[in-house]
Amino acid sequence: MIKEHVKASSSVWWVSILKKYLMGLTGLGLALFVLLHMLGNLFIFAGDKAYNLYMHQMVNMEASSIIQVGLLSAFLLHIILAFILSVKNYFSRLKKYARAASGWKATAWYQKGLIAQGAVILVFVILHLITFKFGVHYKINYGNEEIRDLFRLVVEAFQNPITVVWYIVALLVLFIHLFHGLSSSFQSLGLNHPRFNKSIKGISLVYAVLVTVGYISLPLYVFLFMQEGAG
Amino acid sequence: MRLKLNIWRQKKDEKKGCFESYEIANLSPDMSFLELLDQLNEQLVQQKKTPVAFDHDCREGICGSCSLVINGNPHGPHKGSAACQLHLRSFKDQEEIWVEPFRATAFPVIQDLIVNREALDRIIQVGGYVSVNTGSAPEAHSTPVEKAKADEAFSNAACIGCGACVAVCKNASASLFVAAKLSHLALLPQGQAERKNRTLKMVKQMEREGFGSCTNTGACSRACPKEISIHSIARMNREYFKSLLS
Ligand code: HEM
Ligand code: FES
Repeated sequence: MIKEHVKASSSVWWVSILKKYLMGLTGLGLALFVLLHMLGNLFIFAGDKAYNLYMHQMVNMEASSIIQVGLLSAFLLHIILAFILSVKNYFSRLKKYARAASGWKATAWYQKGLIAQGAVILVFVILHLITFKFGVHYKINYGNEEIRDLFRLVVEAFQNPITVVWYIVALLVLFIHLFHGLSSSFQSLGLNHPRFNKSIKGISLVYAVLVTVGYISLPLYVFLFMQEGAG
Repeated sequence: MRLKLNIWRQKKDEKKGCFESYEIANLSPDMSFLELLDQLNEQLVQQKKTPVAFDHDCREGICGSCSLVINGNPHGPHKGSAACQLHLRSFKDQEEIWVEPFRATAFPVIQDLIVNREALDRIIQVGGYVSVNTGSAPEAHSTPVEKAKADEAFSNAACIGCGACVAVCKNASASLFVAAKLSHLALLPQGQAERKNRTLKMVKQMEREGFGSCTNTGACSRACPKEISIHSIARMNREYFKSLLS
């Protein structure tokens, strides 16, 4: 009986721990991008020229296509693994409890809904790419060459209160995902040490708050303080 | 005091079960939860009904036999204790209580509140031990162990293998159990020779048994009667990766 189990198991190496390892790595990679992307977008506060020139530089950077392919693969891998693990986890419990654990032993609601948060983020990312990356190509000239006027596109998009509210909601979902995700990825990657175990949760919270406040400031600022057609 | 119990009843060899309600009076708040079930069973036997089957042995939190989920909480509401260490004073008079078995695909119900936890035994059987024959106990000073490591190994060795981590986990993952067993041996000199193979085999077996993956919610540590830290799971992940590469 035992021998049979060992034999059959000897072919399994693609274990959940490895999948979670990759989820952690891709999650961290995406989280780094999310931070840099937020910082870059803060150029909106420096006016149209700074913003457009920065975006132009980013999109035309030599490594740009490599980064894009990397990001897309990380995103897809993260989603595929999330799906595989969620299915496995569903079948591992299958029979539900009549009562959920409460108090000290309960699982936080935001940790139960990671896949749902992911679904919201996925829809958001697709719509976001359609609006901006594949949106209208306005042109603007700053003397030497004509470049894409993304500033105008951003300002236009955030005139619509529905878009602004949707962005805020989606970003709050991202906040929840990242607050759990960042500290979780350290666990998954086996990165812990008595000396910094306590600070991991704190770092995750600070990171998630910074990213979310940074992003939300954009649509809010545009909606409240910028008139249509400005710049 | 008086309590209303809703207890999961499932006949042997049947796949389905349901809750049945029992009113039980003349209870002392100083009774343990298992004594409550004993009293209920006496009542049921007198009524010529089948008593409720439930696991228990030491009744002092050291054997890991008891396996009740009480109002959704494995081992009841308290921190760092097993179901057998729970007393009725933790409940209000007239309270309605739900008692269920541990629920996991890897832990099929045998009868009523008893589940089959051999999956955990099989994980140990593939390598959760030191196979050198040590003879009689050697002089303790002959193998020095760093104090911090000895303490950490001891905290992990405290695992009684009850499976509450699996029961509480939203994914029914056995990560905390396996991590505790691996940590215990990986931290001590005696465990070094088989460290790599032990890690690979036990992790594979955990996968095979159909437990879920770890989402790092930490519910396992909170439900653990021995309060084993979730940091052990990070150690297991690290050990597994190192073992694959070496
Ligand atoms: C900007 C996009 C995203 C970022 C930055 C991100 C980040 C992360 C991070 C850091 C983790 C923790 C990984 C770990 O526990 O090791 C995580 C977990 C997770 N992510 Fe994402 N994620 C993103 C998008 C998505 C999407 C689109 C989905 C699904 C459609 C998703 C589903 C999940 C799930 C289910 C988990 C938990 C896996 C588990 O522990 O069982 N994420 N995410
Ligand atoms: S009966 Fe032994 S731990 Fe509860």
